[in-house]
Amino acid sequence: MATLTKTNRRDFLKIAGTTAGGLFIGFNWMSCDSPKMEVLSTEEVLANAKNFNAFLSIAPSGDIVIYSPNPELGQNIKTSFPMVVAEELDADWSKVRVVQANLDTEKYQRQLTGGSGAMPHSWERLRKAGATAKYLLVAAAASKWEVSADELSTSEGIIYHKASGKKIGYGEVANDAALLTAPEEITLKDKKDFKIIGTPVKNVDNESIFSGKPLFGLDFYREGMLHAMIQRAPFGMKIKSIDDAAARNVAGVKDIITFENSVAVVGSSTWPLMKAKKLLKVEYEADGKVESSADHDEIFKELLANGKAEVKRKDGNVNTAFRNAAQVVNAEYQCPFLSHSPMEPMNFFAHVMEGSVELVGPTQTPESARRAAAEVTGIAPENITVEITRLGGGFGRRLRADYVSEAVHVSKMMNAPVKLTWSREDDLTGGAYRPAVRYRFEASLDADGNMTGYKLRGVGMNAGNSTRENNFPAGAVDNLLIENVNYNSSITTNAWRAPITNFLAYAEQSFLDEVALAAKKDPVDFRLELFEKAKANPVGGELRYDVDRMIGVTKMAKEKSNWGKNPNVKQGFSVYFSHRTYVAQVAEIEMENGTPSLKKIHVVTDCGMVVNPTGANHQVRGGVVDGMGHAMYGNLTFEGGLPTQTNFDKYRLIRMKEVPAVDTYYVDSGFDPTGLGEPCLPPTGGAIANAIFSATERRLRSQPFIDQKEFQDLNLGIKRA
Amino acid sequence: MALINLKINGKANSVDVEEDTPLLWVLRDHLGLVGTKYSCGIAQCGACTVHKNGEAIFSCITPAASLTEDEITTIEGLSEDGDHPVQKAWAEVDVAQCGYCQAGQIMNASAFLEKNPKPSMEEIDEAMNRNICRCGTYHKIREAVAMAAKSK
Repeated sequence: MATLTKTNRRDFLKIAGTTAGGLFIGFNWMSCDSPKMEVLSTEEVLANAKNFNAFLSIAPSGDIVIYSPNPELGQNIKTSFPMVVAEELDADWSKVRVVQANLDTEKYQRQLTGGSGAMPHSWERLRKAGATAKYLLVAAAASKWEVSADELSTSEGIIYHKASGKKIGYGEVANDAALLTAPEEITLKDKKDFKIIGTPVKNVDNESIFSGKPLFGLDFYREGMLHAMIQRAPFGMKIKSIDDAAARNVAGVKDIITFENSVAVVGSSTWPLMKAKKLLKVEYEADGKVESSADHDEIFKELLANGKAEVKRKDGNVNTAFRNAAQVVNAEYQCPFLSHSPMEPMNFFAHVMEGSVELVGPTQTPESARRAAAEVTGIAPENITVEITRLGGGFGRRLRADYVSEAVHVSKMMNAPVKLTWSREDDLTGGAYRPAVRYRFEASLDADGNMTGYKLRGVGMNAGNSTRENNFPAGAVDNLLIENVNYNSSITTNAWRAPITNFLAYAEQSFLDEVALAAKKDPVDFRLELFEKAKANPVGGELRYDVDRMIGVTKMAKEKSNWGKNPNVKQGFSVYFSHRTYVAQVAEIEMENGTPSLKKIHVVTDCGMVVNPTGANHQVRGGVVDGMGHAMYGNLTFEGGLPTQTNFDKYRLIRMKEVPAVDTYYVDSGFDPTGLGEPCLPPTGGAIANAIFSATERRLRSQPFIDQKEFQDLNLGIKRA
Repeated sequence: MALINLKINGKANSVDVEEDTPLLWVLRDHLGLVGTKYSCGIAQCGACTVHKNGEAIFSCITPAASLTEDEITTIEGLSEDGDHPVQKAWAEVDVAQCGYCQAGQIMNASAFLEKNPKPSMEEIDEAMNRNICRCGTYHKIREAVAMAAKSK
């Protein structure tokens, strides 16, 4: 069914000039061996193109430039956003070039990458941008041919008039069309007529990525710029004294400056700064809590037992339910801190000038980068430009602008353009981490094995809610109590891919397996019973999830994994809703010569319509690999306010040989697309832990698995089926 | 400071840097060859992989001064037009997510396939285990290496 929607005038303001911003970084400062950049030809295209709206320009040649406003960090938005615009435009995809737009709060809304929200928030806006331009192109052709627009049709960048047999390319009417006024209302395509959406369109940056062209923030160089690296204080400490004599003697070091709690080494290239930083002698003293992981373990246990809890949700009366229970199940689950550790370390280019600032670099929130620069310099935000480079991963780390502030500080103090680079050690020790968490779960069962009561209490860090109180199993249990206890830490914590649910899902789905076992029920049937209850008679107030979609992914996972049918395959089930998307997973372990081997994970996803099947598979598999890697190996411990693991030799990330097969399936639910950057990660740990229990009767209640004594002598093999 | 002569991608280069400067930083900061990536600096992740006489090495821990007699190839010089069989396979399989590690993955895979043109899947896993992809594109890397082996 085609939908008629109101257009937002703000999106379709005619923009003066021809270019609508974009990333034309001066990478060719040193021409030596750098290959010719494709962006130059795009610039040439733009020189003659007519701008239609914030998202697209069309040249007389028929070439189309589509602007992608949100930062690309591997979630494939730079390909999938333009696909949506091109779809409604009826463009010839081979004529489309994509340009990463600069920060522009006038033209774009929610120009950030986080919360798996880019596609759901932009879906309609992108469609309207394409449909509006198509409307104008058709109107221009109709006027030229003196026929009614109703008699015209479009396909792959060409307008046809069937009655006369005439046809004309978009480029040939672009100039006329761009002069017309955008309509107030626009008809969008019927989804069944989509030709580009739903097809495996390749990553638009492939050629540059695979031939080593400059794309990332760290690849940005400006002639005459200075390089900087920074020594930061341990968490909870401040600088007491600095001896920088030895560091200053390193050839290539220009200056060493101090601001706030940071010592910046500044010079003409990166390597001398890495050496000089190691020669800095900075003494620190306590300026708050100086924490260690061993303390956290004790504090968590104490807070779970006696901490002041905030009630997040209360349905029925858990006291009565537990008093009348035939059986009670309880368990505690704990995870460590984690670092985001994107492959590209933090970095940013800043040039503070008289009354203006130029920023270039990898950020998930360009508006925060601008705000950070405004705060440091006092310069008005409208005089601060932000160019968004491709991000070498983010995982939530680049939602913060701490490293942008640092670059701005150094540029301001040195009165010069500066590129700040973090080392990997800086990344691990100066992070903004996934907080450690401990949960206590309790469930009451009646004599028939029905879950009559459910209690969850979690310790959240730095005023973060450690629960998702309106998610399942809320709605499915008559008596439910969800509580959060806060612990204030000196250690900076931040969103980390699928915040909170990245561990809560594991803990909850593992605990529900414990409850199903106590109730003597099949784990999948146990969950389906709860869903049916929530569907027939939902308990309490607000529920965030759609029960039918939970049932949909669960049933398909049961079917696709041949659940429970093969006695040689031990399976673990997990289902979770996060970031608007529904995911069920089944992990499979086979016993080989008496030792278990993890072979496969089935993943069923309901993310509404799949925009790009290749991109979707990437996010699904990537999420599973990420979830598995951190559940198995991820561990950041603190000693005296500093992480013990300072590089990848000790902070273990998952590798090629540790990855099982991942089979992907999608529920065709007919909904508009939701995000996929995060939702496939949370269920993975639970599916694996439940499969391990099924195969070995060992229950893993803490991460990382490799550090648990229940896991260490299992010799779990990992082999692709 | 010392004048170091390097043969990179078939061309002679001369750079004036401290003798202990790793090849990685000579490439990136002094020669504008930024396709070779910095990520860990301690030979753990493989993002900095280049070829030394056809063999994959970690440029982050290899002093440039130790390479004056060698032929160095970086991602920029792997092929004229990005059409090395491994690059073509990477594009065909659409391997990348964020893409930051992929140049190193390609350099490792291309050196490996020169030595072992018809590898088993286990041999591919073993060879590619030295490169980390934080986005988790391992399934596609494996598929692309196998495809490149077939196409050669």
